[in-house]
Amino acid sequence: MAKMMYREAVLSTIAEEMARDPSVVVLGEDVVGGMGTAGGPEAIGGIWSTSTGLFGQYGAERVIDTPISESAIIGAASGLALAGKRPIAELMFADFIGVCLDQIWNQMGKFRYMFGGKSRCPAVIRMAYGAGYNAAAQHSQSVHQILTGMPGLKVVMPSCPADVKGLLRTAIRDDDPVIFLEHKALYAMKGEVPDDPDFTIPFGHARLTRAGQDVTIVASGLLLGFAEAAADKLAKDGIGCDVIDLRTTSPLDEESILDSVEVTGRLLVVDEAPPRCGLAADICALVANKAFASLKAPPAACTPPHSPIPFARELETAYLPSADKIETAVRKLMAWR
Amino acid sequence: MQLSREALLRAYRQMKVIREFEERLHVEIQTGEIAGFTHLYCGQEAVAVGVCEHLSAADKIISTHRGHGHCLAKGCDVDDMMKEIWGSREGLCKGKGGSMHIADVNVGMLGANGIVGAGAPIAVGAALALKLDGPDEAGLHVSLAFSGDGACNQGTTFEAMNLAVVTKAPVIFVFENNHYSEHTGVDYAVGTAKDIASRAEAFGMKVWRADGIDFFSVHDTMREVLEYVRAGNGPAAVEYDTERFFGHFEGDPQRYRGPGELDRIRETRDCLKQFRKSVTAAKLLTDADLDALDTEVLEAIEAAVTAARAAERPTADDVTVDVYINY
Repeated sequence: MAKMMYREAVLSTIAEEMARDPSVVVLGEDVVGGMGTAGGPEAIGGIWSTSTGLFGQYGAERVIDTPISESAIIGAASGLALAGKRPIAELMFADFIGVCLDQIWNQMGKFRYMFGGKSRCPAVIRMAYGAGYNAAAQHSQSVHQILTGMPGLKVVMPSCPADVKGLLRTAIRDDDPVIFLEHKALYAMKGEVPDDPDFTIPFGHARLTRAGQDVTIVASGLLLGFAEAAADKLAKDGIGCDVIDLRTTSPLDEESILDSVEVTGRLLVVDEAPPRCGLAADICALVANKAFASLKAPPAACTPPHSPIPFARELETAYLPSADKIETAVRKLMAWR
Repeated sequence: MQLSREALLRAYRQMKVIREFEERLHVEIQTGEIAGFTHLYCGQEAVAVGVCEHLSAADKIISTHRGHGHCLAKGCDVDDMMKEIWGSREGLCKGKGGSMHIADVNVGMLGANGIVGAGAPIAVGAALALKLDGPDEAGLHVSLAFSGDGACNQGTTFEAMNLAVVTKAPVIFVFENNHYSEHTGVDYAVGTAKDIASRAEAFGMKVWRADGIDFFSVHDTMREVLEYVRAGNGPAAVEYDTERFFGHFEGDPQRYRGPGELDRIRETRDCLKQFRKSVTAAKLLTDADLDALDTEVLEAIEAAVTAARAAERPTADDVTVDVYINY
């Protein structure tokens, strides 16, 4: 085991897979950084420090620094994948899917189906997502609710460095297009990461991080830590929570959720995306449909309101779910009759 | 460069296959037997064939929503395409794609595309893969993005051209100007003096322009373009002036056409007639040679329709097959 940051787990996994497989290529805005400047290539090395040093090692043909052209980046990733490569495209901010959604949704995600199962599109699109930096409405969003609803895409949301390592390696080696969502507020998180060069975590397998008999809390990404903090506090008052880290929202580990709710009878889904037509509503519906007889209270959600993400510190704090809000929601479930 | 008799016969046959494929669809669509939206390539055959006759299966193309001609010219099987348009599970895409999404990656055909302008960035990506693979004895393999005077106005096309120049990708932007983007004239919708190639030029690419009705003009320019791009000089673009014999989609009343326009272009701007005139006048081929091919192609199209009608239909169980490789 080695201790490393979430962002270091991203970079080291990419570097290891590039060394292992010559078909792995990286592309995106400023993934080299400094091209065409007095400072020269790698003057920056990627704004998230998730591609530092790759250009020096692998050169311009495998580390492709692109203009600010998100549609072209994602389209090029598709073309690279259809032509036999394993591209890892970086969208600097997940919010930018707005300018390239056609290439993700109508193109990459549908090729295999539209082409009768004859093509492979093994592309990974990495995106930095999430709030917490007062970056306001266009640089803070959680976009998994949009992408999870798109057949043909897989959607991954790691919550810790070890999961970054195992899930990103699975994503790069996977033959389908994968959206890999990295939470900005987790990039500096440190954790133990297995050294095994073939350590992978399969998609569609959630992780139980706290065990309890009373309430099932489903979370992912940054909010997993909030859910764990709430669960730890509630445990002191004798309220036991299962905390389930989804790891991937597509595929969804329905079985782990349903198995837990059958024991607890209470569900709280914690999500960073707005509530309408989202992941929380989806999982509440799943439980209502498939675990109805087990329920002791209506399935509940703890999400931001139906609102864009505000700028001011007080407003962003009010907008986001927190450990306190999760605790309150759990206590409300326990009090329901 | 003079083409061999064999190459001339093959080129004519390829164009004729596209022509008769489309003419037959135009008839069959009106019976209601074929579902969905269909956009016919009829009139533009010299472009697809003049370009694709130079390519190998290792070269890639991306097509448009008007893609049947590019598919056939790149080597997609006629019977399998007809079955796909009929929606059969024996079709080239198992009945999942239909007219607008025909693809066959095995022949380097990376897809017709229902989204106008979506193909150009994908072609750049394929070109970057081919560049990474490096040249063989014939030079680099290349990727081509077919686009029309409609797609040339999409931001994706601009982004793709710039990215191609920045990365020196071996990609060729083939603009087929048939004077209509859907139901709107090029005089209105393309601002740069009606010339699409000048846009590519402004992005820093070497460009060519030629008459897309003249197979030989297309074929000769594409030879030059390919020599340039295969040598590793980066991307290039070519604009072909051509004609669309049918509407934007099948069922389009075409009220935007001028009086007698369709008859005039069929009479004076038909690439097959022009080919026949050139090769017989130069005594390279005879009318009898070409008539024999006409008969053979009509029989092949008839056989393809018969096979498509008889082909196995998909079932409800097929709906969720091939969404993922593993899920």
